[in-house]
Amino acid sequence: MQVIVCLKQILDPEMPSGSFHLDPNRKRAVPPPGTPPVLSPFDENALEAALRLKDGQGAKVIAVSLGDKLARAVVKKPLSAGADELVLLEDPEWEDLDHFASARVLAAAIRKIGEFDLILTGRQAADWDAGLVGSALAEELGLGCVTLARKIEVVKDKVRVERVAPDGYEVVEALRPCVVTVDSELGELRQITMPGIFAAKKKPIQEWKPADLKLASPAPARCELVDLYLPKRETVCEIIGGESPEEAALKLADKLLEKCPA
Amino acid sequence: MAKKIKVLAIGELAGNQLSPGTRELLGGGRDLADSLGARVGIVLLSESAGKTGAEAIAYGADEVYQAEAAFLKNYQPEVYLQVLEKIVKKVGPEILLLAQTATGRDLAPRLACRLKTALAPDCVALAIDPDSGLLRMTRPVYGGRALAVLVCKTRPQMATVRFRALKSREPDPSRPGEIKPVTPELDQSKIKSKFIEKVVEEVKGVPLENARVVACGGRGMGGAEAYALLEELAQFWGGAVGATRPACDSGWVSSARQIGLTGKIVSPNLYLAVALSGSSQHMAGCGNSKMIVAINKDPEANIFSFANYGVVGDYRRILPPLIERLKQVRKGPKD
Ligand SMILES: Cc1cc2nc3c(=O)[nH]c(=O)nc-3n(C[C@H](O)[C@H](O)[C@H](O)COP(=O)(O)OP(=O)(O)OC[C@H]3O[C@@H](n4cnc5c(N)ncnc54)[C@H](O)[C@@H]3O)c2cc1C
Repeated sequence: MQVIVCLKQILDPEMPSGSFHLDPNRKRAVPPPGTPPVLSPFDENALEAALRLKDGQGAKVIAVSLGDKLARAVVKKPLSAGADELVLLEDPEWEDLDHFASARVLAAAIRKIGEFDLILTGRQAADWDAGLVGSALAEELGLGCVTLARKIEVVKDKVRVERVAPDGYEVVEALRPCVVTVDSELGELRQITMPGIFAAKKKPIQEWKPADLKLASPAPARCELVDLYLPKRETVCEIIGGESPEEAALKLADKLLEKCPA
Repeated sequence: MAKKIKVLAIGELAGNQLSPGTRELLGGGRDLADSLGARVGIVLLSESAGKTGAEAIAYGADEVYQAEAAFLKNYQPEVYLQVLEKIVKKVGPEILLLAQTATGRDLAPRLACRLKTALAPDCVALAIDPDSGLLRMTRPVYGGRALAVLVCKTRPQMATVRFRALKSREPDPSRPGEIKPVTPELDQSKIKSKFIEKVVEEVKGVPLENARVVACGGRGMGGAEAYALLEELAQFWGGAVGATRPACDSGWVSSARQIGLTGKIVSPNLYLAVALSGSSQHMAGCGNSKMIVAINKDPEANIFSFANYGVVGDYRRILPPLIERLKQVRKGPKD
């Protein structure tokens, strides 16, 4: 079995709020000095899903990352975690693709890889939070797609997925190959170990350019970003204090009873 | 000639009624259509539509495209996509709206691909630009740290809308409107996935989305047992308990209780934020609460920049006396 996992390098979504700044001209967030980029956390969940399939029934896991200026320490992490191969799609032309254009490039790379039973990615990239690429990839490749997986099993010619629902979960079966997007409920990526890091040094990395994929230049973006700004917040917090926590608690109780009676 | 349908919503049913998000789409869609001088349509797919067509008209639709079939009973992406693609192409709207629900977020991206258009997911505001007549779609990005305004160059201009971002109107049973039955056709050979079953995980107590008061605990609660304190606190108002993602991921609380960007969205009168830091992704789910009260031992915690009232301290020393006092008040003055 061959499993392809698509992972995106993004600004650390959990950086402290003081580190987050926008470049109003480029309409982009500015990478904060000293906070390295990360793999989008849901993509790490997707990698974990792939590694569990590898542990359980045996699979070759190929990680794919698309973008420009990919930090090797970041994008090689899947190899250290247990993936078998890495494909890097890195080019200035691929820096600022919209979701649909990204799906098109990924689809071309996946066709070039050729053989696969399952394509996994995170439910959404934790920078633009759109959740489009996985679905668009399935449409590009003409495959079925199951979103928001919390558990994935491969049973004969089918992939059986538990997908997160607001009040529980759904069980869905899709013919393979198919695309599955993964939710954090599936579980965090395993710890990276020293032997893992050493083993990664011997694993193959392929670097492909637009010419390798025989792609025409990217289609113009279907959407225009006309503005990007920080929301204004006008709330001023009144701190309720006291000589002791108990006293503060009682004062808070009075405030709550006044503002929001039962 | 009747005005054109320029705004089309894709509705969802909750039992034999429209879902709350669908009513909001109709209210918001109505506003957009009115500023374009156009009409609003809605598509309703179901096993049996009952009175939902008439309900949609009362909430603001001018035309209802109603497809009924046994195979539409449960949402199945490839089935719904086939039926919707045909209807949307036939109506040819300028604007296509879905709710950002479990169904909407699964369906909309693939529908956008089939319509060869873009999609602005999870929008919090929609408005017609008075100069260009185009739809300005505002959506939170970077986990809610920033807002992006998008304009779509292809048609339809397509958005999914976050719960509570648009306002539903008061239903008017006398509104005129037309129900147009559509016969759905299905090419079974194109179906690649199959719904097997739905497993509902019972959460006891008031549903989060409807609670007037929500007591939410974060990673700082330290374990599952501590949530009993939040239950007691919420009980005073008949409220509900929520949790942040780390608390759910650690298994302290059912993930059905997660509030935030990737959990539930609530807007209660009172949000009690206990031992949680106030990350942008969490605040995406509760930032519209009428009043936020924070209890956190770190005076620098981000939650204090969202809260109206705050207490700096260890919740273990603050919640017990607070609950005690509320209980006393509930019992009434001592004789
Ligand atoms: C794409 C993406 C989506 C996400 N979606 C969500 C989501 O839907 N919902 C969500 O909640 N998170 C979500 N997150 C995670 C989010 O970024 C934060 O990591 C998370 O909200 C932090 O949870 P927390 O506040 O409970 O924990 P922490 O940030 O660790 O905060 C714990 C707080 O508790 C305080 N504390 C500790 N002990 C005590 C005590 N005894 N008394 C009082 N205070 C104490 C600490 O001072 C601290 O402020 C998402 C992240 C990403 C990247």
